[in-house]
Amino acid sequence: MKAAPFEYTRSATLAEACALLAEHGADAKLIAGGQSLVPMMAMRLARPAFLVDINRLDELKHVAIDGDALVVGAAVRQCVIERDARARERLPLLGKALKWVGHVQTRNRGTVGGSIVHADPSAEIPLVACVLDATLVLRDSSGASDLPAREFFFAPMITAIAPEQCLAEIRFPLWGGKVGSAFEEVSIRHGDFALVSACAQVEVNAEGKCVRAALGIGGASPFPHALPEIGELLAGKRLDDASIAAASEAVGDLIDPDGDLHATADYRRHLARVLAARVLRAAAEDAK
Amino acid sequence: MKAGEPSAFRYIGKPRRTKEDPRFVTGRGRYVADIALPGMKHIALVTSPHASARIKAIRTDAARAMEGVHYVLTGEELCANVDPLFVGVDAPKVARYPLARDVVRYAGEWVVAVVADTRALAEDAAEKIQIDYEPTPYVLDPEEAILPGAVLVHPDHGSNVLYRRTFTWGPVEEDFASAKHKISFRARWGRSATVPIETFGVAAQWDPGTQLLDVWASIQMPKFPDQTARALRLPGNAVRVHFDVDVGGSYGVKRGIKHTVLVGYLARRTGMPVRFIEDRLENMRGGDMHGPDRIFDMQVAFEDDGTIRSLKIRALDDVGAYAGRSPLQLGKPVGAIVGPYKITSVEYEPISVLTNKTAQEAVRGFGQSPTNYAIETAIDRVARHLGMDRIALRKKNFIAKEQFPYLIPSGSTYDSGDYVTVLDKALDAVRFKDLVAARDAARKAGRLAGIGIATCLEPSGGNSAFEPLFNPKNQTTTWMDSCLVRVDLSGAITGVMNTSTSGQGHETLVSTVLGEVLERDPDTIRVIHADSLNALPSNSPVGSRMAIMLGGAAAGAAKKIRAALMAIAAHNLGVPEASLLYCDGNVSSKAGKSLSWDQLVEIAHRQFHNLPAGLEPGLQAKFVWEVPTGGGLPTPDGRIQMYPCYSFEAHLVLLEIDPLTAQPKILKYLCGHDCGTMINPSIVHGMTYGGIAHGIGAALYEKFAFSDNGQLASQTFMDYLMPSALEVPAIGIVDHCTPSPLTEFGQKGSGEAGYLGAPAAIASAVNDALAPLGQSIDELPMTPLALWEKLQGERAK
Amino acid sequence: MSEKLYPLKLTVNGKQHEAQVPSRQTLVDFLRDTLRLTGTHVGCEHGICGACSILLDGEPVRSCLIYAVQAEGCSVTTIEGLSLPDGTPGPLQDAFCETHALQCGYCTPAMIVASHALLESNPTPSEAEIRDAIGGNLCRCTGYQQIVEAVQLAAGKLAKGAK
Repeated sequence: MKAAPFEYTRSATLAEACALLAEHGADAKLIAGGQSLVPMMAMRLARPAFLVDINRLDELKHVAIDGDALVVGAAVRQCVIERDARARERLPLLGKALKWVGHVQTRNRGTVGGSIVHADPSAEIPLVACVLDATLVLRDSSGASDLPAREFFFAPMITAIAPEQCLAEIRFPLWGGKVGSAFEEVSIRHGDFALVSACAQVEVNAEGKCVRAALGIGGASPFPHALPEIGELLAGKRLDDASIAAASEAVGDLIDPDGDLHATADYRRHLARVLAARVLRAAAEDAK
Repeated sequence: MKAGEPSAFRYIGKPRRTKEDPRFVTGRGRYVADIALPGMKHIALVTSPHASARIKAIRTDAARAMEGVHYVLTGEELCANVDPLFVGVDAPKVARYPLARDVVRYAGEWVVAVVADTRALAEDAAEKIQIDYEPTPYVLDPEEAILPGAVLVHPDHGSNVLYRRTFTWGPVEEDFASAKHKISFRARWGRSATVPIETFGVAAQWDPGTQLLDVWASIQMPKFPDQTARALRLPGNAVRVHFDVDVGGSYGVKRGIKHTVLVGYLARRTGMPVRFIEDRLENMRGGDMHGPDRIFDMQVAFEDDGTIRSLKIRALDDVGAYAGRSPLQLGKPVGAIVGPYKITSVEYEPISVLTNKTAQEAVRGFGQSPTNYAIETAIDRVARHLGMDRIALRKKNFIAKEQFPYLIPSGSTYDSGDYVTVLDKALDAVRFKDLVAARDAARKAGRLAGIGIATCLEPSGGNSAFEPLFNPKNQTTTWMDSCLVRVDLSGAITGVMNTSTSGQGHETLVSTVLGEVLERDPDTIRVIHADSLNALPSNSPVGSRMAIMLGGAAAGAAKKIRAALMAIAAHNLGVPEASLLYCDGNVSSKAGKSLSWDQLVEIAHRQFHNLPAGLEPGLQAKFVWEVPTGGGLPTPDGRIQMYPCYSFEAHLVLLEIDPLTAQPKILKYLCGHDCGTMINPSIVHGMTYGGIAHGIGAALYEKFAFSDNGQLASQTFMDYLMPSALEVPAIGIVDHCTPSPLTEFGQKGSGEAGYLGAPAAIASAVNDALAPLGQSIDELPMTPLALWEKLQGERAK
Repeated sequence: MSEKLYPLKLTVNGKQHEAQVPSRQTLVDFLRDTLRLTGTHVGCEHGICGACSILLDGEPVRSCLIYAVQAEGCSVTTIEGLSLPDGTPGPLQDAFCETHALQCGYCTPAMIVASHALLESNPTPSEAEIRDAIGGNLCRCTGYQQIVEAVQLAAGKLAKGAK
């Protein structure tokens, strides 16, 4: 299980990395944490001729609060954001999701941006990005462009990113007011990819009514599935058993899961409903 | 020394550190992948993408032309130059070679081997090899495979049935006719394996000057040097297997004979040292290490009071496309076919079936754990049928302490046991009332909770009685093991063992036993592994046999040393041996005259003039031990003494299933364990914990699943799911000691402990949790999906 | 055409090394085959079993998921670097011997590396924290029980030593 040969470049600047991407197009691949790419290369399921290493780019390692957004550089390691005090305080949902991501050793190496670009439909960080509709900042040799996370993911490992583009940063919107969040998943073992995951963030007003709610389901669609319909359904309502049950029921109708070795489509749909209810309840509780 | 009382021993049974651990914790183990021979080349394989196909053409030119590529080997060349590998039953036409020739019989089967400077280059070259296949029909379902007209995996064999026989021991039909109650059910054991973290590996070097093939391998394989030599058409003394290679886990599966024949052939053919370390994909698909895959059709006859009269067991085992020892895994359970119960008649129909899947190999327990699972499921079902308490039912049917030695219908005698006491100790330790209260409280709160109970045997001291039982042409009735002990001029003791070790702590075992008998500190005793040309006749550390067999051999050799020392002392002190006292290696007379260990050693090594007549100079002794019950051929109706010693384990589990997500969670786990005298308690406990973890894997997580087109769907660790520290709970063990009357110190085996009862216990807990819903599940692994489907069944009602 | 080699400078167990490596060589293969530090083991080569765990700049990572060339300028600690200078067991390794937290020894170096990293950042871990820290390291021998006990024992001893 050894990778096919490739040319390796350690980029000194993002511009240099983008230039290489522009030059080699689809033959080139960026490597950040490598936690998904290296196994695929080992099995020769991925075989880039050029590997462009962006691990050393300080331009991609910033974590900052910018207005109403938490800005995370694409090459920020998952363990860094897990420990980051600002992220924990302003966007606790990210930390809740990261608990489910792999294990200590993979979070020490894996990056926030890498997980997004890899686009596994059951991965946690992409789901958070979609639920909050984070803005993805994509760079290429000609400059930067923004793309809403909800428009980024198409199918397993297929995204809107062009071969010459590099994800530079992720801008997670920060909500004001009384906000609560939750992340839950069902995996067969801890640290495995989720059979189904669910992620919710809600804001409630002084009367306890839902100002806004965002919910998404992972693992049950070919992409991390944000369900804005649920937000609309819950807006203005009290987050009680009845409204949550209605939302959970609606979730089952909004998704169209596939079956595989570990879970059938029916089981996934069922789990999506169960987990949707659980995260909405927990998020409502958290907002109190 | 009185067996069974740890206080009677100096070193045995005491909490002592092992001899092996320090080298492993510092990273100084020496595994096969650490063997770097000068100029060594590496192998990669081309494997079959089809479950069944004819090989029409193989084009290797592009690979051969690559720089750094030294050899490309196809099945055509290999099969012409080696003999087929050993088949455990009488099925000579089920020919098996390391590489496929003409046809492939499962996806992942090895087809071409490439030798190159590095493994990466070998993989590059392997990609360049083009093979034209013509896909042919295949059979994956073992029940379909035994039907007339089924696609044949080996047409020359004429059938997909490798072995089938109906044994009837005792008045089965009469018992079924007269018993008040009868139940029948089907239970299925899924295809899993021990999957060691180290894959199989082998390095070999041929020396044309001495005509000797040196082999370093990650093995736990009986008769390995002999089988390698035979297949390579070499005399036995032209193969030297180095048993001092540390094996990174095996638990049965590290058999590797096809790997070794391939590498040995290539080493000889190319004249270069060659190494093959399976990568994980090769290991999972074509390493031929999948475990039993069984359908049990069970019938039980019993009375109102719970007395179980008779069992009918039909076990259909899917061994995959080839067979080594795998069909024999249906044979070992003959020796414990009634479990710990007084069941007086049994019908047993083992059926070993070929399909187009990866070949099966020996897995921890050699087929006993699936059988225990089927028997324990039967006991639970009888209890449910009668509305009887599962514990009371077991106690009613247990063979009583006073009944040992106890002859079971299939011809094996259980040596000793005290099942009621062990179960009671376990019930006390787990505070069974609290466990029941916790389960009932959880149920009241709307959760699904269950208690699992399993009381199982671990036959130990492995002989190979299933070989003559399953193959009349095989007359193997001895499975000896040996030990050589040397006391050198300095007075230091070295024990020589004759097999490799895969974590069982044999060096600790031998040094503890030698220390015990010779009354010398085990920490000062060195234990080494001979190579196969130096080795005394021995088999392999399989069948939970080494505490009994290697321990017995070490004790026998040490006793010879002790006798020699006594003879020397008697001769030199001029008194009869009977009047002498042996203490700490020194010998003294009642009159106060004495000779120290050092003096006695000095006489033995240097002073022929002071040696008693007839005593060999030097101080060394060997002992070759036969399995304590001896060996014999089966009776015509297939009764035979299988393993000599029977350990017992009582498992108690509390488990919950999330009623919505169907995820199971083990909340409490306790095992009462009786393996007689423990030589080293830490080692026994460790193997038991590990066996339980492995059983948890088999019960809930692990499965080699195949797609409808015969592809292994769980070929990576992303899909073959082994439990981590987050899935395996804290486990409690309660020890009990019923010594074996057959062994030196009362020891029995424990290498398969935990695994032999854990799957049954977890299945029992799951079914107890499902019972209030009127549901049950009788197929392992019990995955969240399978459990959810059961819960749906309930909701659909 | 022989494979292109890339220069690599790194520190392993406090010692500087310079080498020329193929880009596709993983860090674990470099440590084992080139530096002959064979205490780090290969289990799955796809990042699940954890047998290849090492410390990269002090953090536990899987060395099968990093190409050696990527470790340029880094500091690597392997199991060999956790032993005492004479090669005998350090305190955590000694605790593994005391509780017999291993059998075949194959996953052991990585278990010790993972546990070492835990104790560095959390000297008094709970059982759950220990299980979480070794949750990415598979062991087929021990059922993890005696490993958890070893880490608890080492933590206790370290706490005493620190007083």
